Amino acid sequence: MPNDSDDPSRTGSSSCRADPGQEGMGRRELLKAGMGTMAALATLAGVTAPLLSLRDGPSLDEFLQRHYTQLTPEMMEKILARIEHEIAFRYGVKTSVRDYKPIPDVEFAYALNLNRCNGSRRCVYACMKENNIPLDHPEQAYIRVVELDNDSLDLEEGNVLYNHDQVPQEGKYYIPIQCQQCRKPPCTKVCPVQATWTEPDGVTVIDYNWCIGCRYCMAACPYEARRFNWSRPKFEPEQINPDMGYLSNRIRPRGVVEKCHFCLHRTRQGKNPACAEACPTGARVFGNIRDPKGKINFILKNKRVYILKADAKTIPRFYYFFDR
Amino acid sequence: MLRDYIVFLARAFVLSFSGSRLFYAWMALLTVVAAIGGHVFCRQLVDGLELTGMTDQISWGVYIANFTFLVGLAAAAVMLVIPAYIYRNQDMHDVVLFGELLAIAAIIMCLLFVTVDLGRPDRFWHMTPYLGKFNFPSSMLAWDVVVLLGYLLVNVHICGYLLYMKYLGRKATPLFYMPFIIISIAWAVSIHTVTAFLYVGLVGRPFWNTAIVAPRFLGSAFTAGPGILIIAFQIIRYYMGYQISDRAIHTLRNIVTASLLINLFLLSCETYKEFYAASSHSSSARYLFFGLEHLGHYYGKLVPWIWTAVLMQLAAGIILIIPPVARKIVFLNIACVLANIGIWIEKGMGMVVPGFVPTPQGTVVEYAPTWSETLICLGIWAFGLLLFSWMLHLAVPIMMGKFSFRDRVGVATEAESKAYAA
Ligand code: SF4
Repeated sequence: MPNDSDDPSRTGSSSCRADPGQEGMGRRELLKAGMGTMAALATLAGVTAPLLSLRDGPSLDEFLQRHYTQLTPEMMEKILARIEHEIAFRYGVKTSVRDYKPIPDVEFAYALNLNRCNGSRRCVYACMKENNIPLDHPEQAYIRVVELDNDSLDLEEGNVLYNHDQVPQEGKYYIPIQCQQCRKPPCTKVCPVQATWTEPDGVTVIDYNWCIGCRYCMAACPYEARRFNWSRPKFEPEQINPDMGYLSNRIRPRGVVEKCHFCLHRTRQGKNPACAEACPTGARVFGNIRDPKGKINFILKNKRVYILKADAKTIPRFYYFFDR
Repeated sequence: MLRDYIVFLARAFVLSFSGSRLFYAWMALLTVVAAIGGHVFCRQLVDGLELTGMTDQISWGVYIANFTFLVGLAAAAVMLVIPAYIYRNQDMHDVVLFGELLAIAAIIMCLLFVTVDLGRPDRFWHMTPYLGKFNFPSSMLAWDVVVLLGYLLVNVHICGYLLYMKYLGRKATPLFYMPFIIISIAWAVSIHTVTAFLYVGLVGRPFWNTAIVAPRFLGSAFTAGPGILIIAFQIIRYYMGYQISDRAIHTLRNIVTASLLINLFLLSCETYKEFYAASSHSSSARYLFFGLEHLGHYYGKLVPWIWTAVLMQLAAGIILIIPPVARKIVFLNIACVLANIGIWIEKGMGMVVPGFVPTPQGTVVEYAPTWSETLICLGIWAFGLLLFSWMLHLAVPIMMGKFSFRDRVGVATEAESKAYAA
């Protein structure tokens, strides 16, 4: 911080050293400034050197892509083709990426029977396979199963890392937790760029091409449902599920957030989500809550239903219930 | 007019590169550290945020911690602005500009810390209104970007205008800066309040979801900022020969003392609530102060840190409330350093990390920054210091009348000045 003024021999004229009017001085200063600039350029080159090995940077089209809600069908066509091409290029797999739209008059909801759930984590594995979550990143799975003692409802006493030869364990019960598809989602409210929103059929989705990766939504979620792509996912070609949805299970880029989307590429075609399909005990019931005669409404009317963290008033579309 | 301004810029550019050996050494050191940080950041761009210690459970770390601290530093300029412009305190008037320059540097560091924390910095433009999709007014992060940029502009304008007028030897027209001063006062409070609301507004994180966060942030900001300025003033006085009265320093001392006591009081209010009425919502505070037992393991990485922070602030408080001791510049400096480190820990890592522990699903995970995170942080700090030093290097000669329009011998032609600028 010190300048030359602390040097008594130089005071006085020192402030004029930068003066363009003084020939000799000026040249020396100019030389110095020039050398400074050179040094700055050299430093800049050193600083940015790692960028030369950037392999998964965005293409210009990707960089300029608009928000999901501003895309025309023609733009979407092109984007889907581009994504298919990128996946083929990076992973050597031929895939079909489609933009599945919500079905009118359908609102999805989930109900999970806690008496039946046996903690086998089949739903977790099915989800990872369906949704292209790398198998070497089990923590990335959208569903986590919490093991609790029969006498406790306190998640802080639970164990998500249990590892037994036999499930269910004596005296334990299991709560699988995934995105609760809230009617008042705290995550969409906080996103600075509206990269995540709730669709008309009740599914909160993320535009992986719009998310800036600030992770504010992860901090906001009271259910710990969101995951971040800390690195670029790695796959063997045969591990990839080639039926992909733009807002759901396509391979996510690095640096964005993802989470459970009720398998909308399946459910919007009338299928069950992969987790419901895989559950060996029939604990998972998926359906349309707007259908008064549907399974979900039957459970809501006839069972003892409870929701997770009711005090957060997020009003989930995910219900837990007991048979007895 | 325009020509004078171009000449001014050219001369300022040349002046930036002239100085004593010590000046060069200092700037070179900062440049090296900043360049290392920049290099590591470029690596992070290539490899992703997996280079950091953050996880899905603890998804914000030391970047956001530093960001929070620095917003406070920026807001603290207001503690000089109010006495200088509203109460027309002459001592403060002589130094208020330094506070504003510090605010500029701090805001730029804040923006850098946010940028390095993003998973996709290439998509930053999504936040620009109209072009992107700015979630205003719903998202507090959107608010934060608005208030930070606004505060930056206001301060750049005030400093730039006042300094340029001083350079020209003209009297500044109050109409051109007083309204902005008034705005900047309210704005300074708003930047830190909005940053607090960023945390407060999250239902799922009881540790943050408490109304006291904003007042605590302001209390700690008004301790840390003036504390740093007390030290900066002595450096400016010693190395740059700019006269700063002891009275200015002691006015700041009073501000630091009052703010520190308020901060400690608010901290004790918070700890009382967390521990006397201990509910499951207190787990984060227990983790912070005593560590947590989970599935047979003990987790307590933050415990030594927070106690260090508390003890440092208490020690600073004790020094400051004994006037004969506090008036001795050595002790005052010790108190300022202690208070600043204490606050940096308390409202940085001590604020951000426990909010994530235990996680909403009840697991306990710990966080520690990696080397690359640390180097990037150091790089940004060095860059901020570099910026602040550079601004002082230009501003101080202007304020002392040593770098001014009048002392140009002969008048540089347009072409000449262009050559300088290039
Ligand atoms: S991480 Fe992405 S989706 Fe989440 S708040 Fe940030 S920009 Fe929005």
